[in-house]
Amino acid sequence: MIRLIREEPSIDEALQRLRRRRVGAISVFIGIVRGETGGRIVEALEIEAYEEMAVKEMERIRGEALERFNVEEVVILHRIGRLKVGETILVILVAAAHRDEAFKACRYVLEELKRRVPLWKREITSEGATWMEGEGA
Amino acid sequence: MRVRILYFARLRETLGIDEEMIELLEGARVETLMRILKNHHQALRGLKLLVAVNAEYVPLNRELKEGDVVALFPPVSGG
Repeated sequence: MIRLIREEPSIDEALQRLRRRRVGAISVFIGIVRGETGGRIVEALEIEAYEEMAVKEMERIRGEALERFNVEEVVILHRIGRLKVGETILVILVAAAHRDEAFKACRYVLEELKRRVPLWKREITSEGATWMEGEGA
Repeated sequence: MRVRILYFARLRETLGIDEEMIELLEGARVETLMRILKNHHQALRGLKLLVAVNAEYVPLNRELKEGDVVALFPPVSGG
């Protein structure tokens, strides 16, 4: 399951989908909005997406994870829009038979997402708004 | 032929537009389009840009077709 979402996600609900016969381990990564950056207080975070491509790119990463690692399912939920401090930016869930593959695939999905998926964060601080830019694909 | 260009994030703000249409000669490649756009928009010069055609990353020698949607954007920062 791959989704761009505008509201706080229900992680429990996503987890329920992954309790399957062959699943013995689920790794979870949750990214949240930090309240400070380089000594400045963050008031909010805005996330812009090229929505059509972001969904396709996340689907491609999910497909790669399923192919490369021995995992049963991958869920990626990414917020867009304006977020408050402490809110959830990203949830990655990976279900596998055993822990090792679940952890490895989760890390793979996270790093590829940060490198490739067309999403941009902008931090809103008391000193104004600053676009964050990654290393690039 | 005509292609549609989309701009995102800081690029969209710097240029003050989120999209435009560009007329190209048949068989033009992404690199040709980039040269044309950098001539039109000084702000694009010297920036690190990522390029996608029809919602997929492509190499600069990719040939464009009528109606292609080309997206230009800065390095991504999701997650």
